[in-house]
Amino acid sequence: MVGRSRLQRIFGGVGLYAALFAYLAFVVLPIFWIIKVSVTPDSLLYSEGIRLWPSRMTFTNYERVLSATDFPRFFLNSLIVSIATAAVVTAVASLAGYALSRFNFPGKAWVSLVLLMTQTFPLVMVIPPIYRIMGQLGLTDNLYGLIIIYTAFNIAFAAFLMQSFCDGVPRDLEEAAMIDGCTRLQAIRRIVLPLTLPGMGATVAFVFTAAWGELLFALMLINSDSQKTFSVGLLTFVGKFAVDWGQMMAASVMALVPVCIFFTFLQRYLVTGLTAGAVKG
Amino acid sequence: MASVTLRNVSKSFGSVAVLSGIDLCIADGEFVVLVGPSGCGKSTLLRTIAGLEEATGGEIRIGDRVVNDMAPKDRDIAMVFQSYALYPHMNVARNMAFSLAIRKERQDVIDQRIGVASGKLGLSELLNRLPKQLSGGQRQRVAMGRAIVRSPKAFLFDEPLSNLDARLREQMRAEIKKLHQDLGSTSIYVTHDQIEAMTLADRIVAMHAGIVQQIGSPLDLYDRPANLFVAGFIGSPAMNMFPATVRQAGTGSMLSIGNVALPLETRVPVSEGAAVTVGIRPEHLEVGRQSGAGMSASVELVEPTGFGTIVHLKPFGEAIKAFTLDRAIAVRGETVSINFPVTYLHLFDPVSGIRLN
Repeated sequence: MVGRSRLQRIFGGVGLYAALFAYLAFVVLPIFWIIKVSVTPDSLLYSEGIRLWPSRMTFTNYERVLSATDFPRFFLNSLIVSIATAAVVTAVASLAGYALSRFNFPGKAWVSLVLLMTQTFPLVMVIPPIYRIMGQLGLTDNLYGLIIIYTAFNIAFAAFLMQSFCDGVPRDLEEAAMIDGCTRLQAIRRIVLPLTLPGMGATVAFVFTAAWGELLFALMLINSDSQKTFSVGLLTFVGKFAVDWGQMMAASVMALVPVCIFFTFLQRYLVTGLTAGAVKG
Repeated sequence: MASVTLRNVSKSFGSVAVLSGIDLCIADGEFVVLVGPSGCGKSTLLRTIAGLEEATGGEIRIGDRVVNDMAPKDRDIAMVFQSYALYPHMNVARNMAFSLAIRKERQDVIDQRIGVASGKLGLSELLNRLPKQLSGGQRQRVAMGRAIVRSPKAFLFDEPLSNLDARLREQMRAEIKKLHQDLGSTSIYVTHDQIEAMTLADRIVAMHAGIVQQIGSPLDLYDRPANLFVAGFIGSPAMNMFPATVRQAGTGSMLSIGNVALPLETRVPVSEGAAVTVGIRPEHLEVGRQSGAGMSASVELVEPTGFGTIVHLKPFGEAIKAFTLDRAIAVRGETVSINFPVTYLHLFDPVSGIRLN
């Protein structure tokens, strides 16, 4: 920046990094602590006091979680629910977002308003009616029920997200494609779709993480162990008299892995520019 | 190539009529420019011809086919957009090949056509670049290239030069004209820039408020504007307009402008004492250094353009402009004499705006 002395620059730089470091520590420390506890032998958990790293490391917590608990099942259930939800929501929200962005139809303002209103209710308030509806439909205690509920609750936000990404694709591009010989569907597939991929990436990532970590509905709708997702499964480590911290943390670390892998792949889309160079820049 | 014929075409958005009763025949190979101020409906008319907007009434023919109910893709036209509308995720070659690829043209044909078009437009070195790596002028060329590879029935241009700077605009204007002379393609070109309209057009269609005001060659519109709108819109600096009264005298008429009476050889078809609007182009106004002959006027402002000088005068309450090649014509505050050569006078009805002489 212009007009700052050397001293101001140095202090400014130090301040900036101090703030970044403080924020990073705040975010990363809990995750670090989960990892630390997961590799601490049970015998050392309460005896060593607060240490940054245990004096002895062990992976028995992980072994036990994988072999002696239902966690692999929970993990698989969570994967199924999250991937299915992300896929369905992204597909529906992309089409809805495109329609909201491009077409004028009667009642468009109402559709937007109703979509927005679904986001304003506290979830706790809708739990009893949803439980009753799902019960009568025979959708409690199975994964389909969860997929439907997660899809319903994520679609409004995702549709608005996709609408803004579609708004970012100039109409001229589609019109040019239609004059070049495309039908509207072809224009969407060949022009709009590739240009809204970053948006879809963002939607997939957002919905996947939301479904992956969801607890309230899963807890309410699922009873049997075979249908539990990992967030509900984590609670099985909480016994009547004790909490098995080591195994719980080991399970948590494993639950973090898919989300991390997911974001590694998707971050490219999340940061790519959208339509650079399409129109006069 | 093909002709384009519009018969009584109208278009309204809800209750708002944006085009009414448009009749226009564009011959095969003709270059027609639609010109008018923003909001006059020229872009809507072009988009209606392209099929991007649906005509509310009337008939649109491209060649011998009525295309009213045809999708844009089936009309076999090409369009150059103001924003260029290049596909940002495709390089120059793929942008140009897109329309051919969609039509499942053979790859060797595509390559050959792109080769010819890119050579013609000086794009051969840029075929692997993405649109974002090109300058404004290069993007404009790619947009043109995308239009010409397909040899469509007609080219539509929607203010294609508006996003370019003045120098580049002039250069591209000449290139478009040259391209049209090479290809002999039927072209419909929308612009609000009357210089573009004058220089490019075989025929100009002047539009205002969704209605065609005049159709004719550029010089027709310049020399004999059909109404006050066209008179004021075409030409820069704009035509001077001021009120006058007509006295009928024998076989001719007398025109009173301020305190000067001008005899006209032909009779103006208005009643005795009727008010008219007189127009005269700045370059037709004769300005003399000495006062005395003709009407005298004080010089309010002098604008040298290099090529000539624009002099702002106030002879009788009305501010008028004169254009002269005499660089040292006058300085501000001086008094000069002005003459209105009768042959260059345009007379209009002040109410309807229609030309009288």
